[in-house]
Amino acid sequence: MTAVLEIRGGALGFGDRPLWRDLDLEVRAGEFLAVLGSNGSGKTSLLRAILGQQRLDEGTIELVGEPVRRGDRRIGYIPQQRMIAPGTPLRGRDLVTLGVNGHRFGIPVTTATERSTVDAAIAAVGASGYANRPMGSLSGGEQQRLRVAQALATDPVLLLCDEPLTSLDLQHQRGVSELIDARRRGHDTAVVFVTHDVNPVLGMVDRVLYLAQGRFTIGTPDEVLRSDVLSALYGTPVEVIRSGGRVFVAGIPDGDVHHHDGEGE
Amino acid sequence: MTIFDFTDYGDLLALVYNSVIAGAVLGIVGGLIGVFVMQRDMAFAVHGISELSFAGAAAALLLGVNVVAGSLVGSLIAAALIGLLGSRARDRNSIIGVLMPFGLGLGILFLALYPGRSGNKFGLLTGQIISVDFAQLGLLIGISVIVLAVLLVIWRPLAFDSLDPEVASARGVPARALSLGFMVMLGLTVAVSVQIIGALLVLALLVTPAAAALRVSSSPVMVPVLSMVFGFVSAVGGILLAIGGSLPISPYITSISFLIYLVCRIIGWRRGRARLRARAVESPA
Repeated sequence: MTAVLEIRGGALGFGDRPLWRDLDLEVRAGEFLAVLGSNGSGKTSLLRAILGQQRLDEGTIELVGEPVRRGDRRIGYIPQQRMIAPGTPLRGRDLVTLGVNGHRFGIPVTTATERSTVDAAIAAVGASGYANRPMGSLSGGEQQRLRVAQALATDPVLLLCDEPLTSLDLQHQRGVSELIDARRRGHDTAVVFVTHDVNPVLGMVDRVLYLAQGRFTIGTPDEVLRSDVLSALYGTPVEVIRSGGRVFVAGIPDGDVHHHDGEGE
Repeated sequence: MTIFDFTDYGDLLALVYNSVIAGAVLGIVGGLIGVFVMQRDMAFAVHGISELSFAGAAAALLLGVNVVAGSLVGSLIAAALIGLLGSRARDRNSIIGVLMPFGLGLGILFLALYPGRSGNKFGLLTGQIISVDFAQLGLLIGISVIVLAVLLVIWRPLAFDSLDPEVASARGVPARALSLGFMVMLGLTVAVSVQIIGALLVLALLVTPAAAALRVSSSPVMVPVLSMVFGFVSAVGGILLAIGGSLPISPYITSISFLIYLVCRIIGWRRGRARLRARAVESPA
């Protein structure tokens, strides 16, 4: 299988505080990688680096064999779930259209081809029924489905998701993550999925990248989400409890409390 | 005092023909740029820029140079400062809060020092479209056309950056350059508006029409179109009404603009209620 995303010897830090270093990572086509870790462990910075918005301190990042650059059309991006305010002059269809041609300068005309691309993307996430309503009048789950459509409309080889399920209820968490899962199975899209809670996507994840304390561990969920592995990573006893197909991590040290809030519910 | 007297209307209309054209163009440009002013939450910035534009115009009056040019310089300095220093809303508002009284104070100082006719003095604050001469008119229209053209070219990326900044940035939309470019266009538009309805009333053509349009539509085509129509009707309607009487033009423009907003609010409110009722019928919980 070809590597869609390849990071070699990657290092990134804030000032003299390293977020992570010596990161070697390869994400293959169709692979679902979950990036876990506390707030401030460098999950979002990793996404920014892949998007070409932030330079690595050391190492290289390549997308399908070329160094990453800003605005690469082959990357789809779903930002952190943030409600769009009522009254915003933006309908669901407009959000998806911006994903298709919003970056282009020139007379703002949407071609018939672009319109059918948008229609297809909206239909693929089951949002045709409400795509013409203002975004601000839609529920969090409906908004997020349209964001998935926006990210996938241009048929990316890599889909980056930054906490896309935050503040969604369980049913919508499942709906949105199943959309992403179906996409990577049907189109071989590689998925890098940043989350503080792995449970909604636990059954879909191929591998986990766990960032903590300036270090990281990579492996299958069964290899990484274990008491001994996370204890070694955090450098302090951490307990991983598996119950009813869900994973809970307890005992994460201070400074990493946010992670605990999310996962140890 | 007669408020309305339309006996010599035809002759008067010929006299203010230039003003009507200027008002029409400004109404359209103001309505269009207002959509982005609303999207980027910059109503306060418009006010801040207009006060510095006023200071520039007052300085030009004092120095005996072109008032439009002075107004432009003031506007552009304010727009650049706000654009460079205030990328975040909170920073921006504090910078504007600091710039605004400074600009207004400077303007008042220059006017106090100006020995000429006092009619020009308040004109800059509250509107003086009738005194726009032919050369200035050409300048105002030229600037408006440039703003229109640039806005049209940067429309999509600017809308993307205004409405969905995170994804826009991930898609490689140059947020900083766009923001600066937009501020310059806003500065130009404000400078033109100051000449026509005055520094204190600029918001009536740069904010109210777009705010009204947003009350009745969410469509990316309808909102700018309605906003331009509202701006046009306010500006041209205001001028046409004003020349039949002895009152200044600005209150007519601001009143029409406000009335349109009021009507749109009521329409939007009634629609919202109808939608709620429809939803209640759909899902009788």
